[in-house]
Amino acid sequence: MPKVIKNVGCPYCGACCDDVEVTVSDDGKRVLEVKNVCAIGTQIFMHGGDHDGRIKLPRMRQPDGTMKDVSFKEAIDFTAKTLLKAKKPLMYGFGSTNCEGHAAAARVMERAGGCLDNCASICHGSSFLAIFDNGYPSCTLGEVKNRADVIVYWGSNPAHAHPRHMSRYAIFPRGFFTGKGHKSRTVIVIDPRFTDTGRVADYYLQVRQGHDYELFDAFRMVCHGHADDIPDVVANIPKETILEVAEVMKNARFCNFFYGMGLCHSDGRNHNIDIAISLTRDLNEFTKCTIMAMRGHYNITGPGAVWSWQFGFPYCLDLTKKTMVHMNPGETSSVDLAMRDEIDAFINIGTDAGAHFPIPAVQHLKKHPFITIDPSRNMASEISDLHVPVKICGVDDGGIVYRMDNVPIQYRKVVDAPAGVPSDEEFLDAVYERMVELEGEGFI
Amino acid sequence: MAKILLNMITQRSIEEGIAMEIGKPSKEYFEACSLVEMNEDDIKALGITPNTNVKVTSESGEVIVKAVVARQTCYRGLCHIRQGVWANQVVPPRTQSTGEPQYSGFPVYIEPAPFERIKSALECVQGAVGLWKEGNE
Repeated sequence: MPKVIKNVGCPYCGACCDDVEVTVSDDGKRVLEVKNVCAIGTQIFMHGGDHDGRIKLPRMRQPDGTMKDVSFKEAIDFTAKTLLKAKKPLMYGFGSTNCEGHAAAARVMERAGGCLDNCASICHGSSFLAIFDNGYPSCTLGEVKNRADVIVYWGSNPAHAHPRHMSRYAIFPRGFFTGKGHKSRTVIVIDPRFTDTGRVADYYLQVRQGHDYELFDAFRMVCHGHADDIPDVVANIPKETILEVAEVMKNARFCNFFYGMGLCHSDGRNHNIDIAISLTRDLNEFTKCTIMAMRGHYNITGPGAVWSWQFGFPYCLDLTKKTMVHMNPGETSSVDLAMRDEIDAFINIGTDAGAHFPIPAVQHLKKHPFITIDPSRNMASEISDLHVPVKICGVDDGGIVYRMDNVPIQYRKVVDAPAGVPSDEEFLDAVYERMVELEGEGFI
Repeated sequence: MAKILLNMITQRSIEEGIAMEIGKPSKEYFEACSLVEMNEDDIKALGITPNTNVKVTSESGEVIVKAVVARQTCYRGLCHIRQGVWANQVVPPRTQSTGEPQYSGFPVYIEPAPFERIKSALECVQGAVGLWKEGNE
């Protein structure tokens, strides 16, 4: 009989839906059906387990450019030697890896004396910079569900990027003090495109792209009693609309800002987040107001939490001195390191730098040994010297993940991975042990 | 034919997310991501009909994609390529010292290229690093 497993966490986005129901086959090797999961999460679950399409052995690039299957022992040896030979290796990724994998990676890179970075580097890294400068008056998604009656999505499009965020936490659910669900909430969407999220908004503000800072500034002027001094139009938004929406925010019982890549990727970067936090603080003079970053991958909050505990910094770690660590985005961030050609070995893990880095950065990284640790074929694996398949966290491996509101959740294994395929943690621990052995043998 | 200057943003879409999980070398990923979403009037200004191939050129590269009318509307002057392989052929790697490339808000020239072929994802990435060979799909 197929078995139904309830309350499973979804390994797609930062909303970390943990009410998924998965039906698995008699032999525990295949996912047959999933419920309570979005279209993207469905694809991830259906790819897990032991099936013909799964890559089961590491693949090493041959001199003629083709890939050849090798043993995990060879892959471990190649990775360990590559790390020891390099003067400044970089390990980057971790959005789709559990926290146990993050800790194992940190141990490896501290031993190797290299750089360690996660996807926040090209995602919410500027949020970290702003949070260091200005604090983070945030809350949990449960508090949003139960209390928030004004929801602002600014530069984020959850209808596409976090498909169940609105229905589980922010707009539609009936909470303790929000018993009427959608009817008890006012939704404000601010975005240069009239997105699908914009379609559910009570107020949609089509801000001019790259001019968010000015609009935040206008809202702050209203909060500080200088509404009369606002120009007639700010960032494409008429003054009357700004005043009306500012009143909605001020008169909320509990207002929450969700912000995304629209702020982090545009001109201004961390300064856009900085002023968003300042506006949140200002609104607390009138009501309760909080702010939350719409973190992308299901466990991209994890490496920030794990490495902050281990080293004191969440991303862009430079461990080359081994005895101490420093972090300086712009200098120790992956894309900047690549563009200055400072890296002489690259390990891509639980992400796809081949598809998601600007192509000039990929070209620089590819000048040196390039290893990918990922369950499936992606652009990084197809240009790698070595591709190591691993278990899919949340489908055929369990582990701790951190939701976008920094709440840790225990993810579960629902099906068996192909025999012999290790988890990220198991592979990285084996690489560490091999590095110790090689150093003992006088390698390098 | 006309050549116009637009402001480019690259962001996620659910079509891209689903196709990415099916697999980046897949037909679904190609169809989801190898297009530029524009305002209808900007497409008219190019002198082409929607679904015609165009060349997008930025300070750091160029890419051939298909011009479509944005369902999630772009105002005139704004255009959007879904994040991924084709977008990153033109995204400038400058980071304003934050580590984050200029994924949103960079100038691009767009011109009609009706007879140019759209490269596959693998051809774009492997081609950029000298590994592309016919039959690699």
